[in-house]
Amino acid sequence: MNNNYTFTSRTRNITFGLMAVGLIAIIAGFLTDHAPEGVSHDEYHHTRFWANLLVNSYFYMGIALLATFFMALQYVAEVAWSVAVKRVYEAVSSFLPIGAIMMFIVLLAGQLHLHHLYHWMDADTINPESPKYDEVIAGKAGYFTPWFFWLRTILYLVVWVLFQRGFIKRSLEQDLQGGTAIHFKQMGKAAVFLVFFAVTSSTSSWDWMMSLDVHWFSTMYGWYAFSGMWISAMTTIILFVIYLKRKGYLEQVNESHIHDLGKWVFAVSFLWSYLWFMQFMLIWYTNIPEETIYFQERMHDFGYMGLMWTVFFMNFVFPMILLMSRDSKRNYFFLVFVGAIIFVGHWLDVFVMVMPATVKSHWHLGWMEIGMALGFLGLMLFVIHRALAKSPLMIKQHPYLDESLHHHV
Amino acid sequence: MSKAVIHAIFDDEEPLMASAKSLHAQGVHIKDVFTPFPVHGLDAAIGVPRTRIAITAFIYGLTGASLATLMMWYMMISDWPTDIGGKPSFAYYMNMPAFIPITFESTVLCAAHGMVITYYLRCWMLPGVKAKNPDPRTTDDKFLMVIETKEENKGNIESMLKNGGATEIHHK
Repeated sequence: MNNNYTFTSRTRNITFGLMAVGLIAIIAGFLTDHAPEGVSHDEYHHTRFWANLLVNSYFYMGIALLATFFMALQYVAEVAWSVAVKRVYEAVSSFLPIGAIMMFIVLLAGQLHLHHLYHWMDADTINPESPKYDEVIAGKAGYFTPWFFWLRTILYLVVWVLFQRGFIKRSLEQDLQGGTAIHFKQMGKAAVFLVFFAVTSSTSSWDWMMSLDVHWFSTMYGWYAFSGMWISAMTTIILFVIYLKRKGYLEQVNESHIHDLGKWVFAVSFLWSYLWFMQFMLIWYTNIPEETIYFQERMHDFGYMGLMWTVFFMNFVFPMILLMSRDSKRNYFFLVFVGAIIFVGHWLDVFVMVMPATVKSHWHLGWMEIGMALGFLGLMLFVIHRALAKSPLMIKQHPYLDESLHHHV
Repeated sequence: MSKAVIHAIFDDEEPLMASAKSLHAQGVHIKDVFTPFPVHGLDAAIGVPRTRIAITAFIYGLTGASLATLMMWYMMISDWPTDIGGKPSFAYYMNMPAFIPITFESTVLCAAHGMVITYYLRCWMLPGVKAKNPDPRTTDDKFLMVIETKEENKGNIESMLKNGGATEIHHK
C-alpha cells in the first residue's frame, strides 16, 4: 500500500505552467488596463486589474479557510468517518497563509490608494468640506475608521492562520504520539475557532466584499459569502480525494466515504442556493430602493443578468439534478463533472459579487480574468500537492481511525 | 413437496453475518432477519433488493410542487388576482420568487409524509396491528433468521446453520 504521495515533476510542471499564465496575465493586465471610455483616467487606478486580484484572492483564500472550518467542525462534532480523508482536507487548508497574504496585499493597496475599489478608503468621502462628501459613508465612518478596519482585518487573518497552523502541527504530532490527549486538545481549540469563525466569517465578508457596495447592506450577506466559500472548499476536497483514488492512493477510502463527501457537496450546494435565493427574494419582495439597487445594477444597469442565471444553473440546478441519486454520489465521473461545474460556478459567483461594484458596466470575462484565475489555481494546486506530499496520506494514530476505516452507509 | 420454515437463533452478529453470507451464496432464500439493533451490511448480505422509497419520494415531491403551484395560481392569479409587494403583474412567472418558499415547503411536506405513510402501509405497521415478531428475545439480545426452503433441503441447511454458530433452531 502506497501511503506517501509523490508530487511528480509532471504535475509540478502543470502547476508551474498555470502560475506562469497567471503571472503573465498579472503583468500584462496591469500594463494594459486603461480607463475605459467615459471614465476619467484620474479616477480609474487599474480598477479591472485590482478587482480581478480581489476576486481571486477572496475565492482561493475562502477555499483554504473553509477547509480549516471543516477541519474544526470534524473535531468538535467528533466525526469518525472523515478521519480517512483527514490529510486531504488538511492539505487543502494549507493554502490559507498564502491566501491571507494575497488578501492583505489587495487591501493594503487600497489603503495606499493604488486602487479605489473601496470608496470609503478615500478620506474625502467623510469630509463635509470636500465635494466628494458622502453622507451615507460618513454615517458608517466609525466602523470604517482605518485603525479599526485594519485591526479587524489583521485579527481575522492572523488568528485564522494561527489556528490552521496549530491544527496541522498537532495532527502530525498525534500521528507519532497516539493516545487521546492531543485529540481532545484539538477539540477544545476547534470549539474556540468555531466561535471566533462564527463572528469573523460574517464580519470579514462585510469588511472586504459587502463594503464594495458601501451604500448597500444585506443581513443575508455574511452567510451567503460563507456558504459560497464552503461549497468551493467541499468541492476542492472531493476532487482531491478522487484524484488521489484514481492515482492509486487512499486505498482504505471506500465508497461510503466518497458517498458522504458527495452528500456534503449536495447539501452545501443547497445551503448556498437557499441563502442566495433568500437574499434576492427578500429584497425583491420588500422592494426598498436602497436595497434593490444591488440587484438593479447587476440584473439591469450593468448587464450581469446572463451571469446571474449562469451562476444559478451552475450552482443550484446542475448539482441538484445530477447529484440527487445515491448512485451518482458514488460515481467518480459524476462527482468530478459536477465538482468542476460548481468550482467554476462559484468563481463566477464571486465575480458577480465584486465586478458590478467596481468596474460596473465595463466588465469583461477575457484573457485577464481567466489568466489570473488560472494563475491562482496553479498556485493553490502547487501548495496543496506539496502539503499532500509532505506527510503520509493515511493517518496512523487517531482515536476514530478504526471506526473510519470500517465506515459503511 | 411441502415448504419448510426454519427459525435460527444467533447470539452475536458476526456468526449471523457469516452464515447469512454463505447461505445466500448457496442460493438459500433468507426471508428476514430480526435483530436487536441495525446490523450494517446485513440487507445486502441476505439479498434484500434496493429500496424503492426514493422513487416514491420523488413522485410525492413532484405532486406537492404541482399542488402548491396549482393552489397559488388559482388563489393569487386566476380567482382573485393579487398585487404582490407592489408588483401588479398578473402572471404566475412574474411573481415567481414569492411562490418559491411555499412550493418548496409543500414539496417537502408531501414527500416526507408520503414516504412515512407508504412505509407504514408497506410494512403494515398500523395502529392496533399486532407486532409480527417471531420471538420477543430479538428485541433484547438474540438474532433470528427466518429461512424458507423445501422440505428435502431442511437437514442440509440445519447442519450449515449449526456449523455457522446458530444456538437454537426451530421449525415452524
